[in-house]
Amino acid sequence: MRANCWHGKEDVRVENVPDPTILNPRDCIVRITSTAICGSDLHLYDAYVPTMISGDILGHEFMGEVVEIGSDVKKLKVGDRVVVPFTISCGHCFYCEREEFSLCENSNPNAAMAEAMWGHSCAGLYGYSHITGGYAGGQAEYARVPFADIGPIKIETDLPDEKVLFLSDIFPTGWMAAENCDIEPGDTVAIWGCGPVGLFAIKSAYMLGAGRVIAIDRVPERLRKAREDCGAETIDYSQTSVLTALKEMTGGRGPDACMDAVGMEAHGHGLVYAYDKFKQTMRMQTERPTALREAIIACRAGGTVSVPGVYGGFADKLPLGALMNKALTFKTGQTHMQRYMRPLLARVLKGEIDPSFVVSHRLPLDDAPRGYKMFRDKQDECIKVVLKP
Amino acid sequence: MDTLQSQGQSFASGMEPRTRTPGIAQDRPRRMRTRRPMSSATHTQRRPDTIDTLARGLGWFSVALGVAEVLAPRALDRAIGAGVHPSITRLCGLRELAAGVGLLTQPDPRPWLWSRVAGDAIDLALLGGAMIDADDDERARLIGSTLAVAGVTALDIYAARAAGEAPRSAPGAMRRDGSIRVEHSLGINRSVEDCYRMWRDFENLPRFMDHVKSVTVQDERHQHWVAKGPAGTSVEWDAEITRDEPNSLLSWRSVEGSDVRNSGAVRFMPAPAGRGSIISVTMQYDPPGGALGKAVAMLFGEDPNMTVREDMRRFKALLEAGETPTTEGQPHGARPVWYKAFGGVNR
Repeated sequence: MRANCWHGKEDVRVENVPDPTILNPRDCIVRITSTAICGSDLHLYDAYVPTMISGDILGHEFMGEVVEIGSDVKKLKVGDRVVVPFTISCGHCFYCEREEFSLCENSNPNAAMAEAMWGHSCAGLYGYSHITGGYAGGQAEYARVPFADIGPIKIETDLPDEKVLFLSDIFPTGWMAAENCDIEPGDTVAIWGCGPVGLFAIKSAYMLGAGRVIAIDRVPERLRKAREDCGAETIDYSQTSVLTALKEMTGGRGPDACMDAVGMEAHGHGLVYAYDKFKQTMRMQTERPTALREAIIACRAGGTVSVPGVYGGFADKLPLGALMNKALTFKTGQTHMQRYMRPLLARVLKGEIDPSFVVSHRLPLDDAPRGYKMFRDKQDECIKVVLKP
Repeated sequence: MDTLQSQGQSFASGMEPRTRTPGIAQDRPRRMRTRRPMSSATHTQRRPDTIDTLARGLGWFSVALGVAEVLAPRALDRAIGAGVHPSITRLCGLRELAAGVGLLTQPDPRPWLWSRVAGDAIDLALLGGAMIDADDDERARLIGSTLAVAGVTALDIYAARAAGEAPRSAPGAMRRDGSIRVEHSLGINRSVEDCYRMWRDFENLPRFMDHVKSVTVQDERHQHWVAKGPAGTSVEWDAEITRDEPNSLLSWRSVEGSDVRNSGAVRFMPAPAGRGSIISVTMQYDPPGGALGKAVAMLFGEDPNMTVREDMRRFKALLEAGETPTTEGQPHGARPVWYKAFGGVNR
């Protein structure tokens, strides 16, 4: 089959690789009909996530048709149309029973590696480095899906792929990030990053009762989308001081909740940014936590900081004094996908949201390298790339 | 347990898991001044007392010298007769501090000892360089300083080499008598009955114990074990159950006269508030000498702690998820040469 493989910094190649096979009784094989490039894939593309190995198949947002099932798969059958969540969860461990699916204890074969770095492991993830399991990803024609009865959800309508594909990651991720803001009716939520997760988070925050959402970015088309498609007020941080603007806009108190939908490769300016960039390039820290620092400083006292942005290792100069003295609540995590997919599918079916609004580009799978470059460099107003195998 | 005990005694008595919170040895003195064989797998590597003491001494020496170099570089430069170069001396001080902190805080002194040796070489070169511009008075002091540094260098090289010879293949698991003992506990989201039942059927063991090829149950108390040896060989032995308290304790050991003396025990404890079980496993191998001993040491792989931990992780996954997670055999693109060299061909 054709598969998009990682070969190093800014080097992804679509190659011929063997087809996946059933390896465990609870596996199924999915023939992929649509797959997408995630903003978090760009951290791999820029080689900031440790434990990638040349030849790894990328991709964790995919859907398709079940073509083969293992002997213990009960709920799915060949021919089912499914969306596959990016987290792999067994369904029976301590965390899965608490619906904290992204913390599954039985899906990461390299859990020891994660324990060494993070103290404990999280669930296995598709195509996202060996510290999260080293599972082959879904930017390919076929993918092996472990624990097939727990992860994939069946799509039993004829809705086009693009309206349900993002149930695989970014819609639930934006939703959980908004839920993590502990929104009370009328709250003001500030969201750093108007990429696809940020955009879904804006929509989700409104659905959860936010009175006001303020979105922060510097890319004109993203700010426009946040304003026009999602109804947010926007701040262009390349033009305005974010902290001052947020104070002015909220009568000095600050937003009730702040969200970092940017993660480890935040952009910024000035000396501190240069310092972070230098340290990250020298591999002295894995993150550039510019957005996170601002979110902590901007948040009102007693407020909540929600972090859907991906971080991998260690960061520097985090304002813990603000976190502590302002009595902030900190909520984060990989998305507990299986908790959200069904209810959010129901919202899509009811027409409350059409997730395809984020798509800016549709490319054949073989054009994945071009898609990565375009997405990373924000060329051609690129916001979200869907690949067709 | 004590090294002076006979092997047979420690072999038999050592295997009964104590009733206690797993991983917390209540009967162990808080600070151990004399190094005893570790009774817990969670301890970091220990090496012979003298090398530890020497490494710590050199660590404190580094810290003291480093502080002096950083805080009073001029006075120090004058004392050693090296002309006054405060910035160079400060840099040397930072290097000393790094080595000192490393030696005093890190479990493995070797890299820090070698970094001291490298630092000594730099110091000797700097002193040699200073000799060129020195007047007579300074030269006399420089010669003294050089001799002192050379002495410390010899000590550093000795310590680094001696530390390098300390056992390194079995962190925390290899005991003085050469036996390997590992303890580990893990929470499992199933009842003690389920956990006990899975383990009590010894033929299940190869499903989660990586190095065990097969276990054949001979009768209610006896099994025949076959395990992987080095280079595709096998090692075999017969074992008997020594204690069997359903849903609570299970222990076994190789029968008298086996080539491979080993034993194991599992304690099954209900976790608080109905949160499944905690199982605590103790494994001990007493490798005989010679080639066979080496083969038996291989049973536990390069890192016995890791082997037991991974075996238990698979046990948990089998019970909870019904299978163990794997990526072996999945497709991938072209792999780099080094990856193949490490045997990771197929995942």
